Amino acid sequence: MKQNIPRTQPRKSATFDDYTLSEIRRAAVSGIYDIRGGGSKRVLPGLDDLLFLGASMSRYPLEGYREACGTDVVLGTRFAKNPIQLKIPITIAGMSFGALSGPAKEALGRGASAAGTSTTTGDGGMTPEERGHSTKLVYQYLPSRYGMNPDDLRKADAIEIVIGQGAKPGGGGMLLGQKISDRVAQMRNLPTGIDQRSACRHPDWTGPDDLEIKIQELREITAWKVPIYVKLAGARPYYDTTLAVKAGADAIVLDGMQGGTAATQDVFIEHVGQPTLAIVRPAVKALEDLGMHRKVQLILSGGIRNGADVAKAIALGADAVAIGSAALIALGDNDPIYEAEYNKLGTTAGAYDDWHEGMDPAGITTQDPDLIKRFDPNEGGRRLKNYLKVMTLEAQTIARACGKNHLHNLEPEDLVALTMEAAAMAQVPLAGTSWYPGKPGTSY
Amino acid sequence: MDMLDLKELGVRGVNSVLHDLSKSRAKSYKINNPMGQHSIACGLDAPMQIKIEGHVGFYCGGMNQHAEIKVNGHAGVGLAENMMSGRIHVSGNASESAGATAHGGLLVIDGDASSRCGISMKGVDIVVGGSVGHMSAFMAQSGCLVICGDAGDALGDSIYEAIIFVRGKVASLGTDCIEKEMRPEHQVKLKELLEASSLQADSTEFRRYGSARTLYNFDVDNADAY
Repeated sequence: MKQNIPRTQPRKSATFDDYTLSEIRRAAVSGIYDIRGGGSKRVLPGLDDLLFLGASMSRYPLEGYREACGTDVVLGTRFAKNPIQLKIPITIAGMSFGALSGPAKEALGRGASAAGTSTTTGDGGMTPEERGHSTKLVYQYLPSRYGMNPDDLRKADAIEIVIGQGAKPGGGGMLLGQKISDRVAQMRNLPTGIDQRSACRHPDWTGPDDLEIKIQELREITAWKVPIYVKLAGARPYYDTTLAVKAGADAIVLDGMQGGTAATQDVFIEHVGQPTLAIVRPAVKALEDLGMHRKVQLILSGGIRNGADVAKAIALGADAVAIGSAALIALGDNDPIYEAEYNKLGTTAGAYDDWHEGMDPAGITTQDPDLIKRFDPNEGGRRLKNYLKVMTLEAQTIARACGKNHLHNLEPEDLVALTMEAAAMAQVPLAGTSWYPGKPGTSY
Repeated sequence: MDMLDLKELGVRGVNSVLHDLSKSRAKSYKINNPMGQHSIACGLDAPMQIKIEGHVGFYCGGMNQHAEIKVNGHAGVGLAENMMSGRIHVSGNASESAGATAHGGLLVIDGDASSRCGISMKGVDIVVGGSVGHMSAFMAQSGCLVICGDAGDALGDSIYEAIIFVRGKVASLGTDCIEKEMRPEHQVKLKELLEASSLQADSTEFRRYGSARTLYNFDVDNADAY
C-alpha cells in the first residue's frame, strides 16, 4: 500500500539562482558574454553601512537654515595657475558623446553650470554644445584619443588623464556600431557603423615614470594654466595614488566598482575592482603619507547617490565627489514613464542597462534621431540642477548636525560603521564600540 | 633665424617663445642644446620653421599644428604624438610610438622607428627611411605608413582604414591585416609621399597592406582571432 508521503517544498539553489540560470541559458544560445552598461549591481559593503554620530554633549550643532555651512571647493591647487573653483563638491563624471546623445551632454553642462560645478567630457572628444553650456569643463585624456586635439585641450578648464575606471579596472571599451552615427564616426576618424574599440592602455606611455613626462607635455601645451587630474580605478588605491602624486597630478579621481560604464562585460563589472567604501581610506593614507592630503585633491566616485554619500565621502577624506549614473537618473534615465517601452526591450524601468544598443526610450544613451527628440536638454538641465542642490542641502544638513561650518570639516571621527566589514574598510569604529577591526590597540 | 639655447632657457622658456605668437615675428628658430629634453616644441600652432640641433626626448612636436620641425638627431618616445598638421622630420632614429594617434601632417624619420610606430594613427602620413619595430600601425585608423625597410612582428594588428606600404620584409602581420593589391592610385599616393619626404626609394618595390575588415563588427565566430 502506497504511503501518502508529503513532498518537501521545491527548493531553488542559492548557488544556481534564477539570474544565474538565465545567464547560463543566454550564454549557451548566444555564444557571447553579456555586455551592459552601469556599475556593479550586486550587494556590496557601501556608504550605507556608515552612520554619522551627530552632535551631543561633547559637540554642539549648528542651526539649520540659519548658520552657514560652506560647500565650496578648489581643485587643482598644486601646480596649475588657474585651479577650478566650485560652489559645491559634487562634480559630473566623464561620460562620452557617443555613449550619450548631444542634447544629454548639453543638459549635463546646463545643470552642472547652474549648480556651480564642473562637468567632464569622455571618450570621443569635446562637443560644442557641451563646451558652450559648461562654465567649468574637464577634458578627459583617454587611451583612444578619439577626438583629441590641442584646440579643445586649450579650451578645457582642467585635464583628466584617464588610467582606469571603477567599472572595469584594466579594461578598455567598445562602442558598438549601432551607436556610430555619422557625427560620432567623424569625431573619431572611423567609418560609420563599425564597432569602435577604446584601448585599455595609452599608446605613447607606460607606467608612472612615463606619466610624469606625459603630464609635463600636457602642461607645456596648456602653458601650466589648468589643473591635471589623474583618474584611477579603485584597484590598488594606496600605491596608485602614491604614484600619480609622484608623477605630478594636481588631483586624483578615484572610482569604485559601483561607478558606471557605457558598456562592458557584466563579468568584468561584477568581479574586477573594489567597492567605493574600500578605496577611499587607502588613497587618503597615501596622500597623508606624502604630506599631500588637501594639497592634491581627492575626488571620489562610484555609486554616489545623495547628500549622505557626499558627506560620508568627505568625512573619510575626499575633497569632492563625482556622479555619473545618478546624474543620468536625474536627467530621466530609467524613468517608469517609459515602462511599456522598457518591457518591449525585455526589461523594466530601473533595470535597463543595454545602453550600448542605442535604443534608450528616454533618449539619453542613444544616437537615434527620433529617440533623441524625446529628451529636452533645458528640462534635463533643470532637473540635474535641482538634484545637485538637494544633494548639497542634504550634506549641509548632516554637517550642521555634526557641528561643522563647512563640509570639509567633516572627519572620520564623526562616523561609525554598522558592520565589521565597513568598520575595517572605512577605518571607523564599529557602532556601539571603540573597536576598529584591524587597528592595533583598539578593543571591543 | 632666431637662436634659442635650451640649456639657458629651459623647456618652458623655449616653448613659451614658440607659443607666444604675438612675439613670433621671426617665423624660424634654431634650438641649440636640446640635451634629450622632453616636450620640446610641443603644442606649436603657427606656420613656423624650427630646427633642433641634437637629440630630443619624449613627445617632441607633440600635437603640432602648422609648424615644420626638423630634428638633426634622434628622437625619444611619442615623437609627433597627436600631430594635427605641419611636418616633422627626424634625421636619425625614433623611439617607440612615433606618430601615435596623429591626425594629420607628415612625419618623416630618416632612420629606423621602434615599436608601435603609427599606433592608432588617425590621418597622419608617416614615412620611415629604415625599419619599424613590432606592433607598428596597431589599431591604425587612417593615413599612410610608408616603411622603406623591414617591419617587425604583428604589423597592422587590428588595423582600420590606414594604408601601409612596405618595401622590405614583414616579420608577421597582425590580426585582420592582409596584403592588398597595389592599384595605380596607391602608386600615385606612395610616390607623392616619397617625394615629399625626399627619401630615395622606388615605389614599384613596395607592397600594400591594410584591413581585411573581418573584425569591424563583433562576431562570436571570430572569437579565436581576438
